[in-house]
Amino acid sequence: MQDPTITPEMVEEHGLTPEEYERARRICGGRDPSWPELGIFSVMWSEHCSYKSSRVHLKRLPTEGPRVLIGPGENAGVVDIGDGQAVCFKMESHNHPSFIEPYQGAATGVGGILRDIFTMGARPIASLNSLRFGMPDQPRMSHLVTGVVAGIGGYGNCMGVPTVGGEVQFHPSYGGNILVNAFNLGLVPSDGIFLGQATGVGNPVIYAGARTGRDGIHGATMASDSFDDEAMEKRPTVQVGDPFTEKCVLEACLELFAQDLVVGIQDMGAAGLTCSTFEMADRAGTGIALDLDKIPLREEGMTPYEILLSESQERMLLVCTPDNVDAVLEIFEKWGLSSVVCGEVTDNGRVHVTHGGQTVVDLPASPLSDEAPVYDRPQAEPDTLSERRRLDEAQIATTAPADDLLRLVASPNLSSRRFIYRQYDHMVRLGTLVGPGGDAALIRIVGTDKAVGMTVDCNGRYVWLDPREGAAMAIAEGVRNLACVGAEPIGATDCLNFGNPERPETMWEFSEAIDGLSDACTALGAPITGGNVSFYNETDDEGIIPTPTVGVVGLVEDIGDDWANPSAAFVADDHIVALMGDPAGETLGGSEYLFTLHGQTAGVPPRCRLDAEKAVSTLCRTLVRSGQVVSAHDVSDGGLLVALAECTGCHEGAVKIGASVSLTSSESRTCALFGEGGARIVVSYPAEGAAAVEAAAQSHGVPWLILGRTGGDRLAVDVVAAGEGASIDVAVSDLYTEWANGLVRSLGL
Amino acid sequence: MRVAVITFPGSNCDDDCHYVFGDVLGKETVSVWHREVSLPTGLDVVVLPGGFSYGDYLRTGAIARFSRIMSAVADFARDGGTVIGICNGFQILCEAGLLPGALIRNRSLRFICETVSIRCETTGSILTQKLQVGQVLRVPIAHAEGCYQLDEGGLQRLEDEGQVLFRYCAPDGTLDPAANPNGSKRSIAGVMNAGRNVFGMMPHPERISEKVLGGVDGRALLEGLVGL
Repeated sequence: MQDPTITPEMVEEHGLTPEEYERARRICGGRDPSWPELGIFSVMWSEHCSYKSSRVHLKRLPTEGPRVLIGPGENAGVVDIGDGQAVCFKMESHNHPSFIEPYQGAATGVGGILRDIFTMGARPIASLNSLRFGMPDQPRMSHLVTGVVAGIGGYGNCMGVPTVGGEVQFHPSYGGNILVNAFNLGLVPSDGIFLGQATGVGNPVIYAGARTGRDGIHGATMASDSFDDEAMEKRPTVQVGDPFTEKCVLEACLELFAQDLVVGIQDMGAAGLTCSTFEMADRAGTGIALDLDKIPLREEGMTPYEILLSESQERMLLVCTPDNVDAVLEIFEKWGLSSVVCGEVTDNGRVHVTHGGQTVVDLPASPLSDEAPVYDRPQAEPDTLSERRRLDEAQIATTAPADDLLRLVASPNLSSRRFIYRQYDHMVRLGTLVGPGGDAALIRIVGTDKAVGMTVDCNGRYVWLDPREGAAMAIAEGVRNLACVGAEPIGATDCLNFGNPERPETMWEFSEAIDGLSDACTALGAPITGGNVSFYNETDDEGIIPTPTVGVVGLVEDIGDDWANPSAAFVADDHIVALMGDPAGETLGGSEYLFTLHGQTAGVPPRCRLDAEKAVSTLCRTLVRSGQVVSAHDVSDGGLLVALAECTGCHEGAVKIGASVSLTSSESRTCALFGEGGARIVVSYPAEGAAAVEAAAQSHGVPWLILGRTGGDRLAVDVVAAGEGASIDVAVSDLYTEWANGLVRSLGL
Repeated sequence: MRVAVITFPGSNCDDDCHYVFGDVLGKETVSVWHREVSLPTGLDVVVLPGGFSYGDYLRTGAIARFSRIMSAVADFARDGGTVIGICNGFQILCEAGLLPGALIRNRSLRFICETVSIRCETTGSILTQKLQVGQVLRVPIAHAEGCYQLDEGGLQRLEDEGQVLFRYCAPDGTLDPAANPNGSKRSIAGVMNAGRNVFGMMPHPERISEKVLGGVDGRALLEGLVGL
């Protein structure tokens, strides 16, 4: 078949600007690229692969720390946990494919992040996910929720990797662009980390795993574009997942690593064979000669263009020494997988690809990444920002706090997620100490006294109203959640979901968010070790609220025989209930109360008080680890009253303990009950330990407010606030019923 | 005492079973790859672990039963050796004809992972010898295809011979359709063969055998199996 002659229209269809095409011609040594080469430039310089709009900003993130072994740039970051072990983790988006085909989009999102982790030599031990949907009554939304959840479960369950937590939020701005962000964490020996480098001139290059088909061609380019009415026609660019094959690839790779048979390895994710070949050569400063006639194909007649750009799943590219080839092929054969030597590492710095004896690609490896376009795009503060931040609190005051509480706990954003996590195997691998429903997941490292905490967080409403503070708050909330399970932060990954970067307002939001993340990560000791940027989350010119999701990872080093797993809910009658942290600074701006009960995303959101966050989280994890507090739950979405509801009736524990609480506030009663502010945690503890706990709070300089006592089967709250007080008295069983059924009811399932 | 854990491609509870029999219960435990033609010598217990053998793309267990090792497992069972299949292992034993019945899609058509209550129906087996009849255990399930099916005649024979090991129940032990998570006939969660040496159950005892994981209800079963 004759390759077409390249025209300006084809260049445009490949998402390249005329300037970028000129740059491509320069890299080609002044000639026009071949047809497959044009495809390669298109995917390698797509926003998704090249980070061309974000790179100048990402540099401002802190990426170093005492425990960081591998930072951004490899397939995933790696952080030391001591005694020769390390954890490898990353979060990635699969937003666009999941909107088009929810089951396969979400499933292959999980498959992709798992490959990133085990490519590094790690065994994946826990997954999380962060999902955003439009409101349940928006078109297709119930179908998208059920499809995404089934896809995540379908892939992760089969892989035998537990899905141990996550978050799901609903907001109308996601109605045309849902977000599916998948996080995975693996365990790796700190001297057994593998990198995606094609080192050793003359070493064979091996292709392994699934055969290459025509699926997913130009997936990365699709992910770098906005949607319009024709989005559904992009269905053929969505990949199809085969978790069974990936499970076999995982086990085969771990056997290769254990026998030290691999020099370098990389999975074929976005941009498939192209991206892995160029990146492996670039990182090693070598070249690769590739023979496409050797690639196992699913169908006949595939062109070089299709073979190079296919995003078929469950495929790996690896380099070994010549004397290990037979051993490598034998292990893949044991697991029933195809593997074949398809090329060789060369010393000329070029990627040279042949097909049927003809050269189809001949490009220098490094310039494709080094000389990829980098844009410092214009930024402008949105002129609607002051409008967004306007809020007349008197207009939205609560008139019936108990009714408002019941409606809040039944709302899509706050109700029980059991319908979702019940579809995820969250117990396999015997590590889950705290699973779904906890503030953070806590996974023991079997065979040690260590456990790893992990959480994903972001409140997009805060970020939309104040990107810098909102992004910082995502990290702060993650650190607070870890503190509730006793874990100290050791690293973080980010998954930055934004609209169209060619809009100055989006770039301003992005840049502000990076600064917020940077401040919070530095202050709270959670360096960013890798992540992902997803732009163009926009349909028919409507963008999402900016959503820089973060995954924060923490460590507990001393789980002994007398360790009791931390609880978010109250555990026994007659314990003291206290609020750790200063309630000052709480506000209804951006709050769940304002959104759910008044349909507004408005006001000035809470400021992120990093000093207070640090003090509160340090104290909390100390008291949780020592067992001096027996429950700890972070006050976040919905404010103090919702947090108390979650400690009493709104949880899946077998025993539900009520509480009687009283509170004095200089704020309005609406703000005192439902205001959000960060740096606060509700704890409970036996009265006999009170003196020691309060002394610890004093020595940490953390305000400590005794709220009341646990006990009974009702949540009773007396508040004395500026203006008027309130008495709330709700049966714990009523709270549970509303909370437990809310999500399923709103989705109409 | 020697225990073998079989690994099929797609097994994913093999490591967990290996850890619990080996490290938690302290028994010599060996791994056996599905392509082996024979089992190691001196074995007392063979474990078919949970997972998605061959991806479960056909019927669950339908391909694994043809694995080379399965004829050795059948011989071992025929000679009176103890065999337990947990979750996917139970499905494989049914497909292989070593246990009666079949497991089909859950009534909800969804995967279900949660801790459920099951009631012990017999103490006449080494698996349940340390329990009481009517005793309620809290044990996790994690499956999409756990709905136990058998014709009425077959069910009656199971009941008459006391081959029903466990039924899903309410926390107080009463049988309640709402406490039957997958729609299994007669709420059956586990059965054994007429020879009382081949066991199959959908719940995962290995997931609840250490205090730190929330309880040890599963441990009593596994201890019975290995003579502790």
